[in-house]
Order: sequence, then C-alpha cells, then structure tokens
Amino acid sequence: MTSNKPTNWTGHDDSMVENMLRRGASRRDLLKFLMVSGVGAATSGSILFKAQQALAATPVTGGSLRAAGWSSSTADTLDPAKASLSTDYVRCCAFYNRLTFLDESGTPQLELAESIDTADAQTWEVKLRSGVEFHNGKTLTADDVVYSLKRHLDKSVGSKANSIAKQMTEISKLDDLTVKIVLMAPNADLPTILSLHHFMIIAEGTKEFTTANGTGAFVCDTFEPGVRSIGVRNENYFKSQKAYLDSFEFFAIPDNSARINALLSGDIQLAAALNPRSRRLLEGQDEVRMSITTSGNYTNLNIRLDMEPGTHFDFVEGMKSLVHREAIQKSVLRGMAEIGNDQPISPSNRYYNINLEPRAYDPEKALFHFKKAGLVGTEIPMITSSAPNSAVDMATVVQQAGSEIGMKLKLEQVPADGYWSNYWLKSPIHFGNINPRPTPDILFSLLYSSDAPWNESRYKSEKFDKMMLEARGELREDRRATMYWEMQEMIANEAGTIIPAFISNIDGVSSKLGGLKSNPLGGMMGYAFAEYVWLND
Amino acid sequence: MGQSLTSLFIVIQVLKRLGIAFLTLIVVSFAVFFATDMLPGDVAQILLGQAATPEAVAGLREAMGLNEPALQRFFGWLTGLTHGDLGTSYANNMAVAELIDGRLKNSLKLAGVTTAVSVPLSLTLGIAAAMWRNSPFDRAVSIATISVISVPEFMVATLSVLIFAVWLDWLPALSFGADVSSFVDVLRAYAMPVITLSCVICAQMIRMTRAAVIETINTPYVEMALLKGASRWRMVLVHALPNALGPIANAIALSLSYLVGGVIIVETIFNYPGVAKLMVDAVATRDLPLIQSTAMIFCISYLSLITLADVIATLSNPRLR
Repeated sequence: MTSNKPTNWTGHDDSMVENMLRRGASRRDLLKFLMVSGVGAATSGSILFKAQQALAATPVTGGSLRAAGWSSSTADTLDPAKASLSTDYVRCCAFYNRLTFLDESGTPQLELAESIDTADAQTWEVKLRSGVEFHNGKTLTADDVVYSLKRHLDKSVGSKANSIAKQMTEISKLDDLTVKIVLMAPNADLPTILSLHHFMIIAEGTKEFTTANGTGAFVCDTFEPGVRSIGVRNENYFKSQKAYLDSFEFFAIPDNSARINALLSGDIQLAAALNPRSRRLLEGQDEVRMSITTSGNYTNLNIRLDMEPGTHFDFVEGMKSLVHREAIQKSVLRGMAEIGNDQPISPSNRYYNINLEPRAYDPEKALFHFKKAGLVGTEIPMITSSAPNSAVDMATVVQQAGSEIGMKLKLEQVPADGYWSNYWLKSPIHFGNINPRPTPDILFSLLYSSDAPWNESRYKSEKFDKMMLEARGELREDRRATMYWEMQEMIANEAGTIIPAFISNIDGVSSKLGGLKSNPLGGMMGYAFAEYVWLND
Repeated sequence: MGQSLTSLFIVIQVLKRLGIAFLTLIVVSFAVFFATDMLPGDVAQILLGQAATPEAVAGLREAMGLNEPALQRFFGWLTGLTHGDLGTSYANNMAVAELIDGRLKNSLKLAGVTTAVSVPLSLTLGIAAAMWRNSPFDRAVSIATISVISVPEFMVATLSVLIFAVWLDWLPALSFGADVSSFVDVLRAYAMPVITLSCVICAQMIRMTRAAVIETINTPYVEMALLKGASRWRMVLVHALPNALGPIANAIALSLSYLVGGVIIVETIFNYPGVAKLMVDAVATRDLPLIQSTAMIFCISYLSLITLADVIATLSNPRLR
C-alpha cells in the first residue's frame, strides 16, 4: 500500500484525513484538499479508501478490551457528581446513562429521555423511556432523575457541576415518567447541559459508591480506586444495540512511554492522551494508529486585569502580539493543535466565529504597547507549572520573544501539586488549562461573565453579561449565532486571556479496535468508547 | 547454662528494640502529621480541583468533618489505631485497611520474589569476588555493579520494556492484570520488575559482602585455618563468613527495606499497584488517615528488618556463641 502514497506521507496525515471525514467533509472536499496539497488523483483515492476503511467496518461482537488512561488515584470515584479525571468519566459512561448525550457533531441526542420539550426555554418537561432497568433490577422512574439532579445542589455532596446545576430552581416529578425542570432564567442549551458527565442518572437514595448501580451498557464487576475497573456487558441493556465487547478493563499508566510501550506490545488496545512528542514512535507501525481529535482543550496565558501590570491595558495588548502562536503550535505542540484566537470556542464548534483572525506575532507592535505602558525593562514575573498542559514550554517561548525586545519576563516555575488552588486565578500572570465544554454558554458563564467562578482575567463587561443572558434564552439559531460571534470578538479584544492554540488529543489505538469516533466532549470518544467500540480478531 | 544466657540476652535485646521501635513509630507519625499539615490545600480543595469555589469547599469540608482542628482529627486517628482501626480514607470513603490490604500483598509479593532472586545472587557474587580478589572475575563484578547502580532505574525499566516487550515480544509490558494462569505466566509477569529492582539493590549487597568477607579473610584466625590445611572454600564458608554476617545482614536489611516503600518508579512504569503508589496518591489528595497508615507500614517494615539484622549480628558474634 505504501507505494500508493506520496513519499512524505505519514500516519499523521492519515489521521488528519480521517478527522476531516469524521467532521463530515465530503469525498469531493477531501479530493480537492488532497489535490491542492499536491497529491495525485490515483493516490488520493487510495488514501481516502484507507481512512474510510478505518471508520466504516462491520462491528464484531465479543472479546475483552484493555484500555489505559493517564491518571488514576485513590480519589477515583464512581460518584458521577464528583467525577473529575478521565478514569472517572470512562467508568461513568460505561456504567450509567445520561438523559441526553452528544453525538460526534456536538448535537444533543436523547438517551434516557424520550423527549425534552419547552415553550419558553425556561420550563422544561422531560419524558423518560419506560422499562429501563438499573443493574440491580430496579425500574427507572422520575424519582431517580429528580434525586440524581438535585444532588448537585447539595453542598455536602461536593458536586463539580454545582455551578451549572444552580440554575435549575425547580426539579420535580410530574408522574412516574415525567420530570419538570424550571430554570432560573431561560436557557435553550438545557439538553446539552444534561449531556455532561456529571449528570449521569443514579438510583434514588444512592449514597454508597463502592460499586455502580446504573442503567449503562456495562455492569461494574471490579472497582479498585487507583488500580483498575472492570465492566462486563449488560445483557439487559435498554438500547437495541448492546455493547459489542464482552468486557473491558480500564486502568491508568501515568508514564507516557510506558503507555505507548504497552500499546505497541499489544498488552492494551487503547492508550489515551499521548504526548505529541511521541508521534514518531507510532508512525509507520502497522499494528497501531492515532486517533486525533481537537475538541477545545487549551492552555492559556492569563493576565489579571485588576492587578499590576494587567491594569495597563497596553501591557495586555503587547502580550497578545508577543505570543508567537505558530511557534507554539508547531514546536511546543508538534503540530498537534489548531491556532487559537484568544476566545474559548474551538473551530470544531458550530458557533465558531470564522472571521475572527488570530493575532499575528508582531514584536514591534508589542514593543510599542509595552513602551506606552512604561513597562520595558521592568521585571515582570510570569507563573508557570507543569500542571497546565505544555505551559512551561509555552512560557519559555513567550519569555524568549520578550527578551528579544528588552522585556524582562521572569519565569517562575511552581510545583504542579497544589497549582490549581494556589496559583491559578490568583497570580497576576499565570497559565490555565480549560477542558472542552460543549456550549458557548457554558464557557462564557464559567469563564467570562462578570460573576463567573473562573473568570481568569477578571474580565467585566455589562454588555457581555447582557448578551450572554439574551443568547441563552434565544431559541432562534441564527440570532444566537450572531450574538455568539460578537461575544467571541469581545473576549478576543477585551479580556486578558491569551489562548494561543487548541490542543489536539491523541489516542493511540490498536488496528484491531473498530468504531472509535471523535466527540466534542473529549478524547476516547468523549470517554464513552466502551459502549461503541469492537475488537476485530 | 551458656545457651540460656544467650537466649535471655537475645530476648532482652529484642524487647529493647521493640520499645525503641514503638517510640520511633510515634515520633514518625507526629512528624508525618506536621509535614502533611504544612502542605498547601486540604482534601476538600484537592477533590474539587478547578471547581473549588469558596462555598463549595466550605460545604464539602463541613460534610467530611474537616472543620475540627487537624490535631484533634490526628488524635482521633491515633486512638482508633490502638483498637486496630486504621480509619476511613477522606478521598473515597473506603476503609483504609481495605485500600491497603490488596496493595500491601502486591508489594510484599514483589518484594518477596525480588529478595529470593537478589539475596542469593548477591551473596554468591560477593563471596566469589572476595575469594578471587583482584582477579579478572572480581574486576568484572565490580565494574558491572558500579555501572548498574549508576544507571537510574527508570532507564533500566523503560529500556527493558522496549527490548523484551516491544521488540522481542517475550514478556508482557504490564505486570499487573496480565493473564497469570500458570507458573510460567507468573515468571513472565514478574521478570522485568524483578530484574529492574535487583539491578538497584544487588550492587550494594554485593559490594558490602565482598568487603566484609575480605576483612575477615585478613584476620589471623582465618590465616591460621588456612595454615592448618583447610580448603579455600572451607576457610571462607566456615571460618570467615559467620564473622562477616553482621555487616552483611545490615546491608541486606537496608537494601530490602527499599523494596516496600521505595519502588514507586517500578510500580509506575510496570503499572503495578503497590503501597508506594498508594502513599503518593494519599499525599496528592492530602488524605491524612491513608498517609499516616502507609507511613506506619514503611516505618514498621524498616524497623523490623533492621531489628532482624541486629539479632542476626548478635547471634553471629563469636563471644556469644
């Protein structure tokens, strides 16, 4: 097959084509893309064939899969409200179900809900599927849903989704299979919000989470926090298509090269979140391939607008021109990223503003602004750490660019341990890392509204807050899109958060594994791979 | 008469040791407590991570009973310990004893297999090197031990995985959860971690054995044995070795104590769930009962190995034989 490929064609290009196909590019678009890149017509056909083959194959039932994530500890949990690491999400998706879930295009689809209706985006009626059973035999009713959702409002639960759940002011049972949800203010995104991993449905009254009693495609067989989890197929699953795998085992191998070695030696079939630096190790291997998804994860440089030196807006402007986005994308992230334009909505989102260009790297313009702010030659500390993905390398790129024009940016590398509680959001200039979120509204209300809990740069704009509320209740798509486009411009130009690139997630996949698609909620198919993948012999 | 005096001496020695060990444990647990207390952030903040808004942290602290002063919680744990209760993990509400149980067994299994391989190997190599001192064999052993101890273990581990699991496909890359249905599978699963660990601990034992044996070989009574016509083997094994046992036992104890708490790198690379990784997790989540319990385990294993070494040293002392 290699003879049919251009000479410098690599596995990365294969996965790029595959990624485009997944996003819905037509055969014609791709052929055009390949022609422009100088690939001949005959060759293009064969490349396309390989990529399509990877996506469309006949599912096989049976077999057991072993997959490895990157982190796991004694804090591992089966409580969806407390889920915080990839391992937690994977377990939750396998053992529980949500009312809705997001398909690969980011559109909410119904799962435990049969319908979700509203007239004004404020009062919602959720009808549940009938005859769904929990693993212990209990039938799913509205009480379970009310219990599952209300938990997030209880402070003693320690829910990670508390700030999002707070808008549900009333959650009540109308009849056995109908739940009424009333929101504080209209929010057309509720179906998408309910697809978040934390809103998995558990049985009413569940307080113990030593095992999982869910409705999901797998039954929890083993759960050892910090060690591993094993799920076996739920033969009583409510979907007509039950899981293909007989069982799956999930654990973590924190060391990147150990994870790759385990994949290459065939001990595991899926290795999540590989370092872009290891790309070369996987290329040219027949038994493995890469699955690349860019779903909106980013590491950003935050300048607090309420503290020195961010109070000088010229300093912020200068920094935006000083960040060499291409260098970060190409050398720090090894090309496994898409260049960002200082706003949090990723290019894969349907509300992405395509007209908003990223700032160009322009040291002279930066110097002009720094001079205006009177900060050339002043020593300015910049906090970085290995906690936010690639932040140390990014900081070095920025510092180098600064030293070339006489700016003294002082790198202070602090320990990853305790970084999120001690430095993130607190230091005048620091790095953050934001995981993908499915809707612009969640991102905006979490990160940019005046009262946002994670307002990284303390950006405050009444106009922005007003537009956010207005767009949230807007059921007309085009009106919302217009507003979201304008809000992206406001963030890019007015806030102090510099978002240089959206980082791609690379999962290493055995060629035996079929059915893995990308998902806007993150790698490993938005952590829900177990239910959908199969193993070829 | 002499016999009973010896045993009495040993009993007193061991009792004294136990008393000191008990005091050490208490001191260590206080030290660990104060060190943990100095770490930034508490378990509620760590568990909530990025979602740790002040209200959320306060709510969770309240629910977890973290509002009591830390010292009071520590004494609560210490009191529980006297009843054999290790407490409940803050991070996941499971009994600490249950969390430790399986993983301690794993650690002991790995330590046991490594001991069974590395101690006989080091003794043999050490004694042989001492017997043929300054020979090419001795030089080769010295160079090998020094080079092995100079290479960091993560490198040995990663390279051996790359060679034996990825290229040659002889051994599994992960030691835990591999299919172990036969004795050969067990050997395969343990081969790489045991080789890696042996590389780390053998060097010290070999060098100590060699030095101790050479020292006793040079004493007049061993020379006397040689002059009386004892064979080289008899001279070393019967006359020299028993008197070299004390320092050798100490070196072995020190090396072995590393096998319980210090194998974090090997546990990480081979994905082997032992107690070292458990303690790292516990510290990362500021899980006080778990930190204390694992620290106690490391301390106890260290103290018992050292005590055992002292008893062996006492027994091998000719004045008491």
